[in-house]
Parts: sequence; structure tokens; C-alpha cells
Amino acid sequence: MSDPNIRGVPRPPNFKPPQFSPRWILTAALGIVVLVMVFSMGHSIQPEELGVVTTFGSYSRTIEPGFRVTWPAPIQKVQKVPVQRQLKQEFGFRTVRADTRSQFDSRSFAEESLMLTGDLNVAEVSWITQYRIDDPFKYLFKVDRVSHTFRDMNEAIMRAVIGDRSVTEVLTVGRQEIASEVEVRLQELCDSYETGIKVDQIVLQDVTPPDEVKPSFNEVNQAQQEKERLINEARSEFNRIIPRARGEAQQVLQEAEGYATNRVNRAKGDAALFNELLSAYKRAPDVTRRRIYLEAMQDIYPTIKTKVVIDADLKGLLPLLNLGGETKP
Amino acid sequence: MKKLGGLFIFILVVAAVIVATGSLYVVDETQQVVITRFGEPIGEPITTPGLKLKFPFVDTVNRFEKRFLAWDGDRNQLPTKDKRFIYVDTYARWRITDPLKFFQRLRDVRGAQSRLDDILDGETRNTIARYHLIEVVRSTNREFKANDDLVESNDRVIEAITFGRGKLTEEVLATAQTRVGDLGIEILDFRFKRLNYVNEVRQEVYARMISERNRIAEKFRAEGAGEAARISGEKDKVLKEIQSEAYRDAQIIKGKADAEAADLYAAAYNRDPDFYRFMKSMEVLENTLDSNTTLLLGTDGDLLRYLERMR
Repeated sequence: MSDPNIRGVPRPPNFKPPQFSPRWILTAALGIVVLVMVFSMGHSIQPEELGVVTTFGSYSRTIEPGFRVTWPAPIQKVQKVPVQRQLKQEFGFRTVRADTRSQFDSRSFAEESLMLTGDLNVAEVSWITQYRIDDPFKYLFKVDRVSHTFRDMNEAIMRAVIGDRSVTEVLTVGRQEIASEVEVRLQELCDSYETGIKVDQIVLQDVTPPDEVKPSFNEVNQAQQEKERLINEARSEFNRIIPRARGEAQQVLQEAEGYATNRVNRAKGDAALFNELLSAYKRAPDVTRRRIYLEAMQDIYPTIKTKVVIDADLKGLLPLLNLGGETKP
Repeated sequence: MKKLGGLFIFILVVAAVIVATGSLYVVDETQQVVITRFGEPIGEPITTPGLKLKFPFVDTVNRFEKRFLAWDGDRNQLPTKDKRFIYVDTYARWRITDPLKFFQRLRDVRGAQSRLDDILDGETRNTIARYHLIEVVRSTNREFKANDDLVESNDRVIEAITFGRGKLTEEVLATAQTRVGDLGIEILDFRFKRLNYVNEVRQEVYARMISERNRIAEKFRAEGAGEAARISGEKDKVLKEIQSEAYRDAQIIKGKADAEAADLYAAAYNRDPDFYRFMKSMEVLENTLDSNTTLLLGTDGDLLRYLERMR
């Protein structure tokens, strides 16, 4: 620690440092060392962190957030682990931000996201895994390169789960189920590897067919739309025609009802008229009959232009008459 | 004299410090240690963390990882039993269980990784070659789910598996385990990380996927056209129904009314058919004779007989 000072001082006998005696230098050096040690005794643990204290490399305790005092540096060390912070790993894509915790290999992302489905098709699945460090002791001391391990686990589990599903299921109805199954199985694996990681959530991002196949998947969607369009058009034609026909049927029925009412009422009226007339006639049949006849004649005669009066005794007149000459039927 | 004494004390202190640092060492929580004296292992490996003592200068501390270590397989192009070429990417977890043996056989982690490469890559190759692709891809014979209207075409029968991914990884693990037994290490887990078709195969698979999708699309279109035709037919049927029913009901109503009217007329006119005939005749005369009619009137008629008599 202070070796150079001690050794360097006695060698040049003629050299007398004017102010600093060896004892003074030694004291100063010791003082600095002590000061550094004292400073290394205080630790401020942030609210989202826990401090793991090791004594000569051996785990001794975990300290809570706040200002904490331990033995100085060579004896005790504190490793801070952000247990409350939610961490995430991205698969199949990267958020372009410099401050992500882990540096990744320069793998192509399609490598990460391309996977085989249970019907031996290919799907591209990208996802985010959100997790926390649940057990800082395990996280620090049980697994080498935890983050790398965790990524491997994620990929293996996701592929195992996708491998048991058809491409259609993966792309349509299966999303939620996939996420939750991966979550459960990943947690089991985390526990069995003693990573100290708690998986919070798997969030599936883009789940798509590979680029080369996308157009044909879109075509299926289009065909589905087209199917619905055709059906809708037929339905709208149905809806355009049928209610109208129902209305027209009602119209026909109403007209028939009108006809019926008209017919019956008229019959009733005619019958009533006849009855009234008949009773009057019965009271004075001869006169009434004659009166009606003469009234009718009175109405008829004036309208007729050609009237020929023939004596009752005159016979053989008929050949003289130009019947049909002026009259047109 | 006093100065010499001071120097002596200094030397003593320095020597003490050197001896102390030489005989004390720290074993970290993540480490285990094998002590060797001139290359010869001394005592049992130290696996507990803390401050430890050793013989200074002659004893060397050999530190080894106590944690689970990662082994990352090479991305290998392998054929399956059904002659499909796939890329297989694997990983394994392992740890040093016997540091002394490990030290003797493998020396360090890099040596171990290279042995694991040999063993695990080999076993992976063997296992993959013994099974069909589907056995590696699927873990169970779980039924696929899909929307009712998006049911997979049944042309390609989905193969059932008899072993599955889990079984295959177990197999690799078990065989590899026996081969690392005397290396002082233990493989805890082995997994297939990534599986993928090699490029040529992938293109074929894509072509197949495309044709599969096209078939589904065609099915949708046909279903759409069929359903539209059905609805159109139903429309015609309903239309005819409505129209004919309306006609029928209208005729019934009219018929009933006509009958009722006929009854009414008959009831009235039957009271005096003769008078009815007279009245109706008058009405007919009034309606049929018009200005174009030529009327020949005999003087013996009801009306004109007065005319004659006057003359």
C-alpha cells in the first residue's frame, strides 16, 4: 500500500525532505487508506434496488433501500440489484435505443423470429418478455451470464409452444394462449435454472407469415372479405325486394277489402232501395207502375232524335224504312 | 541505531503483509477452488465462499466457476430421418461438479466448452437423424385450433408424433450425460433453441404455403358465391310466396263479398220478381236508348194511344 514511500525514503541519505518526515508520509498514506475505507462503508440503496452484502466473497445479508453501513471495502462488498425495475428483452426486433442493458450479438433478427409451426409451415413471431429480478441472491450467484441464458430460454420455449400449433392458429386465434403458455413454461424453467427471475409478461408483437408468403395470406383475407361482400350484397338485394313485396301484398289485400266493402254496401243499398220501392208499389201497384213507366218514357223520348209514329192499323211499312242508313251502332 | 531499528520494523511489517496476502485468499460466492502445491492438488476442493488460508508462496489457487454455465451449440445443418435439411441451434446448461477432476481433465472452461461441442453436437446430429422432422417440431399431439371459417384444408394430413421434442432432448441429454461423467461436469439441461429449414427447403415450404393459402382463398370465394346464390334463391321463393298468398287472399275476400252481395240482391228481388223485372227493364231502357236510336212508335202503345184518340 505505502511501500514506495517507505522504501524510497531511507535510500538517499543526503536527501532531506524539508517538511515531510517519513513518519508523516506514512501517517498521511494510512490516513488516505482509512478515509477510503470509511467512505466504502456507506451505501445508498435506491428505492428500486436491494443491496447484496458479501463478506470476503461469502453472502451475508441483503440490505433494503436507504443509507446503509457495512464493513469497509476489502471485507464487505455490496452489489446493487434493481429488483423493482421492470426489465425487458426483445426478440425478433430491437428498439433503437442506446441505453438498453444488454448488448446483443449481431444476429439477424429473422433468425430469432422465424420458427416452424406444428404443420411444418413457417411463421415469424416477435415478442417482448418483461421480467423482474425476484431473488437477487440467485440472480447474482447461481447462473453465469443470466441475461444470455434468459434469452436462450425464451427462444427455446417460444419455439416449443409454436411448434405445437398450426400456422393459422398462430396467426389468428392462438395469440393470447401462446403468450400465456410461454409465460408459464418460461417461469417454470427460470425456477429450475435458479435464475432468480420472475417473468411478468410475454407480449407478442408482430406475428406474421414470412414475407414471401404474405401476399397469399393477404389474398385469403381478401377472399374472406369478398365472401362477406357477396353475401352482404345478396342480403341487401333480399332486403331491398322482400319488404317491398310484403307492402305490395298488403296493398293488394287492402284493395280487395275495399272492393268487398264496396260490393256489399252497394248490394245493401240497392236492396234497400228496391225494398222501399216495393213497399210503396204494393200500396198502389197500378198507379205506381204506370207512373214509373211514364217517367221513364219521359226521360227516354227527348233523347232520341229519330222518332217515327205509325198508326196501329198501318201494315207493311217496314220495307220503306231505311234501317241502319243513318244510324251507326 | 534508532533509525536502523525503525527500518527493521518496516521490513518486518512489509514481510508480514506479504506473507499474509500470500496465505489468505477469498473464495467468491460464485467460485470454487482447487489448491495445488507445485502442481499437485492439495486437499478437497473448496466449494464454500469466504476468507480461506493456504500455505504462502507454494500453494496456487485455481478458481473455477460454481454457477450454471451456458453452452451454446453451433448452428448446424442436419438431415432428419425423412431427409429434410434443417438448421438446428441448441443450448445447454452445465456446471462443474468436481473441480479437481475438471481441472485434471479439462483444465478450464474453454476446454470444457470444446469437449461439450464434440459431445452435444454429435449427439444432436445422431438424434436428429434418427427421427422425422415432425418429432423435433412438435412436443405433443395437441389438436390445432382455428376459426370455424378458417379450418385448414384436409388435403395434407397432419402427422402425429410418437416421441416429440421433449423426448428427443431427453435422449440427447441422457446420452451426453453418460459421456461427460468422468469430466467432473454435469449437463443439467439441453434444449433445441432454433429449428429452421435450410434455404432451398424453405423456398419449397413457402411455395407449398402459398398454394395452401390459395386453396383456402378459393374456398372462401366459392363459399361466398354459393351463399349469395342461396340467398338470391330464397329471395325469389319468398317473393313468390308473398305475391301468391296476397293474390289468393284477395280473391277469397272478393269472392266472399260477391257472394254476400248476390245473396242480398236475391233476398230483396225475390220478394217480387215481377216488379224487379219491370224496374230493371225501365233501367235498361233508359241506359240503352240514346240519340242514335230510331224509335218506331205504334199508336196503340201505352203513351201514344192518346195521340190517336185525339186525332
